[in-house]
Amino acid sequence: MDYLNALVAFLNFVVVPALSYGSQLAIGALGVTLIFGILRFSNFAWGDTMAFGTTLVILLTWWFTSMGINFGPLPTALLALPLAFVGTAALMLLTDKWVYQFYRKQKAKPIILVIVSAGVMFIMNGLVRLIIGTQEQNFADGERFVLSAQAFKDWSGLAEGLAIKTTTAVTLVTAIAVMAALFWFLQKTRTGKSMRAFSDNEDLALLSGINPDRVVQVTWIIAAALAVIAGTLYGLDKSFRPFIYFSMLLPIFAAAVVGGLGSPLGAVAGAYVVAFSEIVVTYAWKKVLGYILPAEWAPEGLTQLLSTDYKFAVSFSILIIVLLFMPTGLFKGK
Amino acid sequence: MKKLLLASAATALIAGAASAEDVKLGILFGFTGDIESLSTNMASGVDYAINEVNESGKFLSGSTVIGIRADATCSDSSVATASAEKLITADGVKGIVGAVCSGTTRAVLENVARPNGMVMVSPSATSPALSTSEDDGLFFRTSPSDAREGDIMADILLEHGVKSIALTYSNSDYGKGLAEAIASSYTAKGGVVTINIPHDDTKTDFSAEVASLAAAGGDLLVIAGYLDSGGKGIIQASLDTGAFTRFGLPGGMVGDALPLAIGPALDGSFGQVAQSDSGGAKILTDLGTAAGFDATQPYTMESYDATALIILAMQAANSTDPQVYKEKIMEIANGPADGSGEKILPGQLGHALELIAAGKAIDYDGASGVTLVGNGESSGRYREFEVKGGKYETVQFR
Repeated sequence: MDYLNALVAFLNFVVVPALSYGSQLAIGALGVTLIFGILRFSNFAWGDTMAFGTTLVILLTWWFTSMGINFGPLPTALLALPLAFVGTAALMLLTDKWVYQFYRKQKAKPIILVIVSAGVMFIMNGLVRLIIGTQEQNFADGERFVLSAQAFKDWSGLAEGLAIKTTTAVTLVTAIAVMAALFWFLQKTRTGKSMRAFSDNEDLALLSGINPDRVVQVTWIIAAALAVIAGTLYGLDKSFRPFIYFSMLLPIFAAAVVGGLGSPLGAVAGAYVVAFSEIVVTYAWKKVLGYILPAEWAPEGLTQLLSTDYKFAVSFSILIIVLLFMPTGLFKGK
Repeated sequence: MKKLLLASAATALIAGAASAEDVKLGILFGFTGDIESLSTNMASGVDYAINEVNESGKFLSGSTVIGIRADATCSDSSVATASAEKLITADGVKGIVGAVCSGTTRAVLENVARPNGMVMVSPSATSPALSTSEDDGLFFRTSPSDAREGDIMADILLEHGVKSIALTYSNSDYGKGLAEAIASSYTAKGGVVTINIPHDDTKTDFSAEVASLAAAGGDLLVIAGYLDSGGKGIIQASLDTGAFTRFGLPGGMVGDALPLAIGPALDGSFGQVAQSDSGGAKILTDLGTAAGFDATQPYTMESYDATALIILAMQAANSTDPQVYKEKIMEIANGPADGSGEKILPGQLGHALELIAAGKAIDYDGASGVTLVGNGESSGRYREFEVKGGKYETVQFR
């Protein structure tokens, strides 16, 4: 019977990883949901937009480090964010001008825009691979830990350690800041309000004098910022490989749909639901139960609901259940 | 077409007689596909052995060996069997060096080599399943089975006083086979495997896997995976969360990139990698440097040895008929039981041919220290190592 150790083991292996993965998904899902709400299509090129932004961040990070610039204990990549954001926003606006604008003028159906975005996805896919190649890149530097497992054990005298990586801390702080800024922008500023109006009812918004081109541009710029931040945080915390970013589409869309497409609050909630369920459902409870239960009740087996092989199945199951019983998602999206 | 068939059948007939002529050897490697980067260098090893024999002029009263390359890929069995058919029926080869990957090797053995009675010596197929497959005495390999590595790893773990391990493997044929071999040997010798789960090399997030591994516990974590992808990710995530501090590293996890990426935290981990301490390895490395290929690349030495074994066995049987010389391969590789055979190293193939012609016994050691056991597979030498100061320090060979 040792509740403290059980709690620490649970925090270390479930809560901390799920929080950081969930925050990365949340920022990504916010971008997807924003584009869906205002531009009215599911952007399949999203994963590769994140990859493109992160590629710029990596290149800038290398350049900064070669010039001897760093960010002390924090990753240098954070310094590269603003410049990479400018580059990604430029790419977004150009893509819109060259590709999406044409279809918008035609009043094309959403499904056509989805297919168009799949085409954009393939081009960005190739672009990223041309620039940085297909290999894995690690670009995290600075202090690795805020709190290392060993330091925690020494300090607390417990058998279990609790590790908090710098990248986890950076992820959480950035995620909260980004979400707060975005919600403030959407609720309080004039542009934000016009975006919400445009999203709710396009015709009414146009009648009341909202400039649609401006709304679209602002949407792409915000989406670019979210893509760069989400991609960089994920890359810092894990590592960067173009293919992984492409396959991030699935959990990100699952998060956005679970929360309700078009609802920013839903995207955040959905992201944490997906992240926590992936880890909690496949977690082996043996250790935690071993601490909580009396010795003679301690489980022999791993007490795991599902093998870790099935962790992707978990997010899909949630997706299907939500679509069956609450088709508009947890927060009444579209 | 009929004429062509007739002509090739006629050539095959003529080539059957053992007088001074051209003897063709098939080089059935994966020139395209998953291991194309290895196959070119492996084929250089084969070519080098063939050249050495031809230059000596001692083979079967002045016969010449001609290598004919064919593509077996790594995973496409239909391509591999078609290539092997072509080698045997159209080219009239007398033996095949290959194939390279375990799956295609098995397909070629069952569908082509056995029906045609053709000898196959694979330099690189390591699947334990091949040890027990029906081969009519036609199949040999100069690389050890992964089952052997599992056995060695179990010994090393127990000698280090490790009583229980958590095990994770790359979700591939290699990883799965090796993990099964390690788990079964280790359990049979009295160790406990607390958990045995796969990890996916195409992912970068291993929180869920490491959480399960940590919950199951164990003295250390054994990773039957690849150092460039999933294996590295698992180690990093385990160290970050403090789940494990020491690791057992089989062959796929050995390479300078790993300590470079992980840093000092890897010190104290240990494992083994297939590598020979025979003098032959260095000789072939030097010969290769002079001839313009890198013999230290994986399976290049084994390729050289596979070729030499076939040619020396033909010499010993004084025949190029696979049904006749297949009996001689074990004898050439291991020498007489009393150890009286003269050891043959790379660069001495001419000398070996002379000795055989003079009726003297030889024990072919080659570049990889060839000793065939069981069903005709290399017993394999392994280098046991421990990571110290970011280097794989050799503990011993076993």
